[in-house]
Amino acid sequence: MICRDAQAMLSAYVDGELDVPTCLQMESHLADCVACNAALERVDGLRASMRAATLRYAPPADLEWRVRSAVRRESRGRATVLQRVWRWSAMPAVAAAAAALTWFSVVHVGRPGGEQRIADELVGAHVRSLMVDHLVDVPSSDQHTVRPWFNGKIDFAPPVGDYGANGFPLIGGRVDYLAGRPVAALVYRHQQHVINVFIAPAGEDRWRDGALNSNGYHLLHWSDGGLSYWAISDAGAHELQELADLLHPPHS
Amino acid sequence: MAVRAAADAALRFLRSTRPHDAHCATPPAERCGDISRRPPLTAMPDPDSARRFEATVMPHLGAGYNLARWLTRNEHDAQDVVQEAYLRALRAFDGYRGGDARAWMLSIVRNTCYTWMQRRGGLPAMLGDDVAELPDSADAGPEAHALRRADAHVLRGALEDLPLEFREALVLRELEGLSYKEIADVAGVPLGTVMSRLSRGRKQLQHLVLARMGGPTR
Repeated sequence: MICRDAQAMLSAYVDGELDVPTCLQMESHLADCVACNAALERVDGLRASMRAATLRYAPPADLEWRVRSAVRRESRGRATVLQRVWRWSAMPAVAAAAAALTWFSVVHVGRPGGEQRIADELVGAHVRSLMVDHLVDVPSSDQHTVRPWFNGKIDFAPPVGDYGANGFPLIGGRVDYLAGRPVAALVYRHQQHVINVFIAPAGEDRWRDGALNSNGYHLLHWSDGGLSYWAISDAGAHELQELADLLHPPHS
Repeated sequence: MAVRAAADAALRFLRSTRPHDAHCATPPAERCGDISRRPPLTAMPDPDSARRFEATVMPHLGAGYNLARWLTRNEHDAQDVVQEAYLRALRAFDGYRGGDARAWMLSIVRNTCYTWMQRRGGLPAMLGDDVAELPDSADAGPEAHALRRADAHVLRGALEDLPLEFREALVLRELEGLSYKEIADVAGVPLGTVMSRLSRGRKQLQHLVLARMGGPTR
């Protein structure tokens, strides 16, 4: 064995990854090669210090909890879709037709299609904001910090207020995307609930003002001063209305 | 009808490839009766699936986070990557054939890291095979001694500075204790590449450590 080969295999040798014949060749080479022995000592030295030092990073305490809840949320969603497919394939044709009619009337008659799509997007955006560490881009309870932060990021000026005194402290703000356009998201906390308030210029959206329940989340929509607002949370509908009233006192 | 046939095939596939999973705990006869009575797709949204998934991969969260933390070199990115990787793993779980769950999970974390870094434009160019070998010092005694004394701070900094592929191989080997075969599976490279990356990575790490310790650095 020549030094070049020996040094290339030194790592595998110390890791015990060489087959027996190669290992024996290596040992006989090391027995009388000073340079390769020196290289071996260096590799050993580095391994020793790496083992002694604690180089492994431990995950933050809440990561497991967050991953578990994300996984459960996702697998619940998957199960629902698949169960629905199963139900369709298993049901007698008449029942299926009846269900189709019901489904059609609920989705297309009971609620405008665009509205459901936005509701889905709102739930998605809300859940996403809670899932990863992206609840806020500008973490501040100071309205004078949050308001200017939006400058240049969106093409309208959302009203920003802190209502900590009323039980709705401002957590911060974020730019999010809804229905294909950037929107302002104000984040409030109420007791243990996070409330996202999405604000966009009132465009052609066909949303009626009012409350809606989607996937277990409460949604509240209202318009004011040319802006469209959606508040969403797992807090109650009443609490959302309370926040809406704070954002827009009835006299204004 | 087509849905049903596909589902049957999927079920047969699952049973043939995952002999130890929960479906197969029941005796074969009972399973046959079961399958003829019930539409087969009930097996897909298995309520136990999420539990089985968690039992299989959650024990490797620490290893996954450690790898993501070293690859992204940022704790927030690492958390996001791990969460994304676990959701990817959930979607791919039906294709998981048993075997080393840790290596399987680590390969998903690793691939998610690369996608993540690519998306951020932060994925460094892959190393070619023509990276210059660093010269060896003839005077090994003091160097070996210094390397043995290197503390966590120095080692951490040096390992962070190491090119991505070397860092990845060394973290999997030295911090997670994976075999060369497992590293090859996780990184999706041949065994010879693992050997060469560890060899060159260790050499380069020695120089980086010694440079940080103010010792001989040639």
